[in-house]
Amino acid sequence: MRALLLATAALAALSTAGLAQTTTYSQVERGRYIAATGNCQGCHTVPGEAPYSGGRPMPTPFGTIHAPNITFAERSGIGRWTKDDFWQAVHRGIGRDGQRLYPAFPYPHFTKMPRADVDAVYDYLAALPRVEKESPPNSLPFPLSWRRLMAGWNLLFFTPGVYQPDPARSPEWNRGAYLVDGPGHCGACHTDKNLVGADRQSRHLQGGELDNWAAPDIRAGRNGGISHWSDAEIVEYLKSGRNAHTAAVSTMAEVISYSTQLMTEADLSAMAVYLRSLDSPARSAASPPAEAVMTAGRDIYADNCSACHKADGTGVPRFFGPLAGSNKVRDPNPTTVIRILLEGARSVPTNARPTPLSMPSYAWKLTDAQIAAVASYVRASWGNAAPEVSESTVRSLRQTLKEAEAH
Amino acid sequence: MRKLPPVDVVLVGFGWTGAIMAQELTDAGLQVLAIERGAWRDTPTHFPPTTAPDELRWYWRKEMFQGNARDTLTFRNNRDQVARPMRRWGSFLPGEGVGGGGVHWNGQTWRFLPSDFVAASHNTARYGALPEGMTVQDYGVTYDELEPHFHRFDKLCGIGGKAGNLRGQIIEGGNPFEGPRSAEYPNPPMHMTFSQDQFIRAARELGLHPFPGPSANLTRAYVNPLGCQLAPCSYCGFCEKYGCGNYSKASAQTTILPVLMRKANFTLKVQNEVLSITRDSTGRRATGVTHVDVDGTRYEQPADLVILCAYPLSNARLMMLSGIGETYNPATGEGLVGKNYCYQVMTAAQVFYDDKFTNGFVGAGALGAAVDDYNGDNFDHAGLGFIGGGYIANWTTNARPIETHRTPEGTPTWGSQWKAAVADNFLTSTTVGAHGASMAYATNALDLDPTYKDVYGQPLLRMTYDFTPNDRAMARYMSERTTEIARLMGGREVKVVKREGPYDSMPYQTTHNTGGTIMGTTPANSVVNRYLQSWDVPNLFVMGAGVFPQNAGYNPTATVAALTYWAAAAIRSQYLRNPGPLVQA
Repeated sequence: MRALLLATAALAALSTAGLAQTTTYSQVERGRYIAATGNCQGCHTVPGEAPYSGGRPMPTPFGTIHAPNITFAERSGIGRWTKDDFWQAVHRGIGRDGQRLYPAFPYPHFTKMPRADVDAVYDYLAALPRVEKESPPNSLPFPLSWRRLMAGWNLLFFTPGVYQPDPARSPEWNRGAYLVDGPGHCGACHTDKNLVGADRQSRHLQGGELDNWAAPDIRAGRNGGISHWSDAEIVEYLKSGRNAHTAAVSTMAEVISYSTQLMTEADLSAMAVYLRSLDSPARSAASPPAEAVMTAGRDIYADNCSACHKADGTGVPRFFGPLAGSNKVRDPNPTTVIRILLEGARSVPTNARPTPLSMPSYAWKLTDAQIAAVASYVRASWGNAAPEVSESTVRSLRQTLKEAEAH
Repeated sequence: MRKLPPVDVVLVGFGWTGAIMAQELTDAGLQVLAIERGAWRDTPTHFPPTTAPDELRWYWRKEMFQGNARDTLTFRNNRDQVARPMRRWGSFLPGEGVGGGGVHWNGQTWRFLPSDFVAASHNTARYGALPEGMTVQDYGVTYDELEPHFHRFDKLCGIGGKAGNLRGQIIEGGNPFEGPRSAEYPNPPMHMTFSQDQFIRAARELGLHPFPGPSANLTRAYVNPLGCQLAPCSYCGFCEKYGCGNYSKASAQTTILPVLMRKANFTLKVQNEVLSITRDSTGRRATGVTHVDVDGTRYEQPADLVILCAYPLSNARLMMLSGIGETYNPATGEGLVGKNYCYQVMTAAQVFYDDKFTNGFVGAGALGAAVDDYNGDNFDHAGLGFIGGGYIANWTTNARPIETHRTPEGTPTWGSQWKAAVADNFLTSTTVGAHGASMAYATNALDLDPTYKDVYGQPLLRMTYDFTPNDRAMARYMSERTTEIARLMGGREVKVVKREGPYDSMPYQTTHNTGGTIMGTTPANSVVNRYLQSWDVPNLFVMGAGVFPQNAGYNPTATVAALTYWAAAAIRSQYLRNPGPLVQA
């Protein structure tokens, strides 16, 4: 009984501390929405565990980083952080103890967020249940484990600063640019990185690769990867996880699940307006694969793929992704196409469309050469003109995925 | 025995009726637990298009069905015989696992006729007293009462078809005999093939009224009212006995589970078998169920409401094992649980062409054309010596090479001549079949076997069944009508597949086993009332085709589903407000 009383007293003390920091219901709700625009939950939650309690491993080309616990737990979370501490982290990439944070935490994007929005996220996190849970240590090799190195990185690649609207553009465009390049941190995946993991600004949103997925070009202007999507289709994709052209799988499935499906239509439309303004350089058509490869690919496709994706690659829009004109299929980087053939894929279930329509794995059924042939075939048919896929590329990805799974 | 925390509702079995009931009662805010003895199953993980069309695995090696090494039933044709266990399924194929038999159905989605629900009073009024030994009775619920619930199921599944009776107005091209529909089918009919074109032409020549079969194989991409997505059917011909790999067949998996499984007030426990329904000391109130997991650990699960959603044979057996109600004794006519077990009587004629391709591999479970002129009481039975009937249809369900190979009359049953005949006729033949009703008789029943036990030491269910005088007269008549149509379909020859001799439990006929927990108007003639509520134990409800007092000449799924929605509505609108008997005895 005494122990119980003590525990109650401790709880009371905690909640008093909480009271000092939380404000109104509407401020917390505002924070919840802003946290959703930043997909904070995606990295800071291990699926199935308490929201924001951290511990999720983030594989990077440099080693594995574990997202920290950002509940207001005193010991293992950020319960001792002030609003200023939180602002320093989000805006400048500097932790409470003065340590440099790694840009796996996308502060180069979050720096665009205004102070009031960051404060609202703080108030929202403060209102959540506190969960004491230590994150596993990061596994970065020396010298990367030496956080002070990041000071130099920041000097070279990081410009702190809240988003400044472009007065020549509409408020909607500016809102979209802020969401895409700020909290939405779309470039974290969709912009190619240099050797030390910083965005190549010249290839902004023109596609990147991480964790053995190719994130496609998502620019909607001339020659952009999604130039053939209407604004309404962009909004539909971000809201329901699918549209007439494709469905979200893998990492983008999480983004939609935790973030964009919870956003307002107005914000999603603004993102579409901004993406529409971004042109890409024209792609040169690759030379088509040899006739023998096309013949093999066509036959494999007819037997294994055509029931859902149709003989002419038009698929069943919103159900089974069309391959003709697909941004994923046409991507110069074939990683996603090969990976989906090997592992299968699962469309994200959303509130609007709860069915996780899925494609099975073909790893057990098709050889590396067969997967290369059918991937080459779909990449070079129905108007698609992406480069041929070699058997060795398939073999190497199959091996990499096998090793990743073993870890 | 471990006692578990109580829940509001426990569902025993998790196929179509369990999923519908769970969706309805979680919507009402109740904490619902479903207990299923089979495993979790879903499209991409258990029957993706890469493995769904595996004839050996799913059908011949019976992986899709209830495993009968742990529990089966014993069978005999009549009370003079000693029943023996069915060690391998044959005549029917009970499902097991999430989705139940609804995973491996064909998708033929019929509504029973208005007169089917009042079979006793309707036929008695028209033809006089029922024959000696026939125990047909009214359901206690009418077609009109069920129509909104049929409609909900049509929308849930995205049924494709053509209405023949829209709010009383007869529509050309649909089934003119059907009960009035409140709306057109949600989707258009399936594409007909050469065989259906011949059937439709032949039926019209005979003055009959052909129409496209109602189909739960999706005829176009469809989003149901819950937001679940069903894809257009690819006509691969692997429906009945198989899971659909293409999200193209309505099942619990494709229509309900994506929404239900996300609900916080729903829990599914798989690979746990319910052993009994527990009751309090009065015997008038169920307190929950006991169940056992795969490790043999036994649990007591308390619940305010117990709803049986397993296969009809299992529901009847669980009632008997739990001692709820008196088991029917054909010798005395006493007791009701196990009474009015019914089946269906299939007759067929095969048409063989010389130079016309029927191409059965372009098939689907519910791709077909039918006539309903000889079903129920759609025709005058005066002087025929039977009541009821069946629809006659030409379905192109499949060309699965191990299962489906028609050979003309006089072909040997094995050897090189048989092989040659199979090859010659594989792409150039089709079947016209009648789906005949089954009227209840006092002699056909279910009870507990005195000798054989399941893996847990509980008695197996014993089935006593043979074709009845009504079945035989009806089958003769239906066979003649079927052959008439077949002969006009332009083939080289027609082979009549006769239904003669006693019922044989081995060759596959149909998985439409009904009765045993029948519904009716009074506690004296039924196990459950018109709301599928036990007369004896008012917080116990029984779903499924076991409540049919007799079986109609249709596939039962839509009627089973409509009755489930009907019962769920009664629970939500009446029972929860005032728990107790919904019909005063």
